[in-house]
Amino acid sequence: MSEIESIQKEIIEEFSFFEDWTQRYEHMIELGKALPLIDKTHKIEENIIKGCQSKVWIHAHLDGDKVKFTADSDAIITKGIIAILIRVFSNQHPRSIIDSNIDFIDNIGLKEHLSPTRANGLVSMVKQIKMYAVAFQTQLN
Amino acid sequence: MIDIFKIREDFPILSRKVNGQNLIYFDNAATSQTPRQVIDVITDYYTRLNSNIHRGVHRLSQEATDAYEEARIKIQQHFNVAKPYEIIFTSGTTESINLVASGFSKLLKPEDELVISALEHHSNIVPWQMLCEKTSAKLKVIPMTQEGTLDIKTFKKILNKKTKLVFVNHVSNALGTLNPVDEIIEMAHNNDAYVLIDGAQACAHIKPDLKKMNVDFYVTSAHKLCGPTGVGMLYGKTELLQKLPPYQGGGEMISSVTFEKTTYADLPHKFEAGTPNIAGGIAFGAALDYMNSIGFENIIKYENDLLKYATEEIKKIDGIKIYGDLQKKTAVISFNIKNVHPYDIGSILDQMGIAVRTGHHCAQPIMDYFEIPGTVRASFSFYNTFDEIDIMVKGVQKAIKMLQ
Repeated sequence: MSEIESIQKEIIEEFSFFEDWTQRYEHMIELGKALPLIDKTHKIEENIIKGCQSKVWIHAHLDGDKVKFTADSDAIITKGIIAILIRVFSNQHPRSIIDSNIDFIDNIGLKEHLSPTRANGLVSMVKQIKMYAVAFQTQLN
Repeated sequence: MIDIFKIREDFPILSRKVNGQNLIYFDNAATSQTPRQVIDVITDYYTRLNSNIHRGVHRLSQEATDAYEEARIKIQQHFNVAKPYEIIFTSGTTESINLVASGFSKLLKPEDELVISALEHHSNIVPWQMLCEKTSAKLKVIPMTQEGTLDIKTFKKILNKKTKLVFVNHVSNALGTLNPVDEIIEMAHNNDAYVLIDGAQACAHIKPDLKKMNVDFYVTSAHKLCGPTGVGMLYGKTELLQKLPPYQGGGEMISSVTFEKTTYADLPHKFEAGTPNIAGGIAFGAALDYMNSIGFENIIKYENDLLKYATEEIKKIDGIKIYGDLQKKTAVISFNIKNVHPYDIGSILDQMGIAVRTGHHCAQPIMDYFEIPGTVRASFSFYNTFDEIDIMVKGVQKAIKMLQ
């Protein structure tokens, strides 16, 4: 099992303790609030993910051969979703990010956020994260 | 009087569950729900009548044509329009607006001016911007006030001899403001400008009398008033519709075609190229029948009561701000909670089976004016109940508690 997969498994287990949506959402809100602040200089127009109803900024940089992500959003639930994505993808090798899938979202009861019509941009966020990975992979080659 | 229990039985969708809870549908300004009476008409069309209209000599085609043209007459009568051919079937409000904008691209001169309002939906902004790009005509904007109404004094100043067209929505989709269209039409006409009124948000709540309004163009969509999606109408005064060139080329819009020259058909067919949404058109008529059977006086009274109650209850929530809290508005409440993003409220309400709209409602200029990312919009219909409002208010309170 890859490191990304084992983190995903960990998150699934964590969410399996919740009995209903209120607890799940409360947890996401907590995760959102706990997300480390993004550096102000990265909170710029070109880091905004298009297709989100709330504003989402994602910044990435290469640290050795690992990609590190920081992010923010003006909506707290969206921020919780980003926090989960960062936990999964940050500090990973670009190749592993490219090869990973995000089926775990289904298993933590957040399936509705995957629909493209949700306009919360989870799909766009993942796409952006993978695009960063592709760009850094090219640098490493 | 509205018999709410009887009415709710007409709408099969209202008995479904969402996220394990009874659906509470407060997104009526985006699209209204469809009563069984209208669904039955669509089913009946495909079961009994389906064929192409206006061409066939055979029985089915004649019956389908009759049903389609009867629907046009229902629409004509509903809106109190002089002639049935002044009603053009379109795919909806957006296409109706584009049809007029496209027509005027041939008639405008570079120095001409168009006026839109700050309360418009993007669909009543973008086509005119495109028209201005094409013709070099200038676009002027009637500003809005903090209360969410139009600044008519400034409109008076904007109007001049160069003003050719004025576009205003009857009701603002983002705030529910009922605009003073009679006044706007009169002022525009005094300046020899034509007026197009976008009635998409109005026709589910009021019954516009287009003759009395003396409006030049009026557009709306069937799906906002219990009809199906993908069909709507353009009303235009005969002399104006005759002046406008056709919108699209194709079958049915011609009277004769040779490779040298095509002669266009008379109204309304000149603007109805290709096979239309026949079932949709017929169902549009059925939707008007349904709403008239309930009666707009009853609808207006009931929705006003709902709005009044909802406004009072929502105002009890801490940190609430209602945008466009007006006397003259339709049953729409656009609001925000202090320090809470509308998207968060909407996501949590959805978990409780409550459908509201969040975001800019395709009216970004209004959001920019208030300097907000968007609002939560609850829009009500005559099939909503007072209990549902109580559940939503409790839902918003729960959301705030979770988020703060």
